[in-house]
Amino acid sequence: MSELPLLSAHDMAHFTARGFLRMDAVVPDKINTQFLAEVGEIAEPRPGRKLRGAYGELLAQAAIPEVGAGVPLAHTYPQGSALARMLELPVVAGAIRSLVGEDPTFDHHFLHVTFPPAYHEAGGGENVSQHTHQDSTIDPRQAFDVQIMYYPHAVTREMGGTRFIPGTHLRKVSEAALGRYQNIRGQQHMVCEAGTLLILHSGIWHGGGVNLSDRTRTMFKIRMNPSRSQVRMFDTSTLETPAGQRAIFYVKSAPPMTVEKILMTPEPWFEDDTGRLEMVNRVKLWRYLTGDPTYDADYWLTRLENLAA
Amino acid sequence: MRRQTVLVLYLTNSALDSPVVGWSRYDGTGQTRHMAGDSEEPPYRTGLDALKDGWRLFQASQLLPHQRGAEFDVSYLKYEFWFEQLSEVAA
Repeated sequence: MSELPLLSAHDMAHFTARGFLRMDAVVPDKINTQFLAEVGEIAEPRPGRKLRGAYGELLAQAAIPEVGAGVPLAHTYPQGSALARMLELPVVAGAIRSLVGEDPTFDHHFLHVTFPPAYHEAGGGENVSQHTHQDSTIDPRQAFDVQIMYYPHAVTREMGGTRFIPGTHLRKVSEAALGRYQNIRGQQHMVCEAGTLLILHSGIWHGGGVNLSDRTRTMFKIRMNPSRSQVRMFDTSTLETPAGQRAIFYVKSAPPMTVEKILMTPEPWFEDDTGRLEMVNRVKLWRYLTGDPTYDADYWLTRLENLAA
Repeated sequence: MRRQTVLVLYLTNSALDSPVVGWSRYDGTGQTRHMAGDSEEPPYRTGLDALKDGWRLFQASQLLPHQRGAEFDVSYLKYEFWFEQLSEVAA
C-alpha cells in the first residue's frame, strides 16, 4: 500500500464519469512564486511585434528545460525546480499514482500564455478564444494519459481560463475537427486561486479562453503516460461492495451517494440516445480501472452481455 | 449587399423541437464576433423556437446506421441543425 494520499473510489468514479479532477490551491505560494520567477518577466507589448515573437522570447528565457518525450516523469525536471517540487507534493503524487500508476512517462509539456488585448492590438492580430479541441489525435485506447494544468497565479473569469466540457473524454474524435462547437451546455471555465491544478483525462474537450483583462495569464501543462498498470492504483480500501444492482426508475427516495450514482449522473449536454452510450462506456472504464470484468451499474452491460442459451 | 448569418444548434435528438445542448453563431455582417466559450445559455430552448424567431433551416444531420462493432462508440455531436438569416448591409 502506498504511503501517498491516494484518490478514493468516489474520486476515481468522478474522474471516470467526468474526466477531470480539480485541486484548488494545493500548490503553496512559495512554489508558485518560484515558478513565475523561473518563467521570467513577459515583455510589454510593442507596436508591430507579432505575438509569435513575444512567445518565442518567453520560451527561450524561461528556466524550464526542453525535454524529449519518453523519459521517466521523475527525471524530467531538475531537483529543486518549481515543477519538480510541485510534482513531489504528496497530494499531487498521490493523484498521479492513482490515475496513471507508478513511474509515469513524460509525454510533453508547454507554457501556455494568453495575452491581453494590448498585445493583440500592438501585433495586429485578433484576440479570440482557442477553438475547442481534443489533444493529440484519435485515441481508441481504454488506457489513458493525464494532463496536469498548473495555474501558478489566480485566474479571474475575465482572464479567460481554460474552458472544458466535463464528460467529453470518452468521445473518439479527431483533435480540432470539433472546432465548430462554440458553446456546449455545462462547459466550465477555470476561475481559480493561485496554485490550483486541473488534472484532465487526455480525451477531454477543452480550449483556452479569450483574455479580456489587462494582464497575461500563465498556465503550464504537463502530459504523462502510464508506463505500467493503471488498474487498482487508487485507495481500493474505499471501494464499496454493493449486494446487487440498485433499484432504478421506480425508486421511493433519493439514492445514496455511491460509485453507481456518480457513474450514472448525466451531463447537461448529453443527447438522449448517446447519453446512454456514455453510461455504457463509463462502466467499461470503471471495469478497466478496478480490474473487475463483471462490474456493472444500472444493468447496462449485464443486459447487453446476456446471450440467452 | 446581402450577408448571411449562420446559427448552428445541436439538439438532444433528431426532432427539431428537442432541447438545445450546443450552439454556435457566425455573423457575416461583421457586426458581432462570436467565439468558443462566449455564452453559457443557448439562444433558443429548441430548434423549433429558432424557426419561430425567423431563422431559416437549411441543413440537418442525417440519421446513419451504426457500424457493426462500433455500436457503442461516441464521437461528434449527432443532431446538428444549420440555420441562416440574410440581411442587407451598407455597401
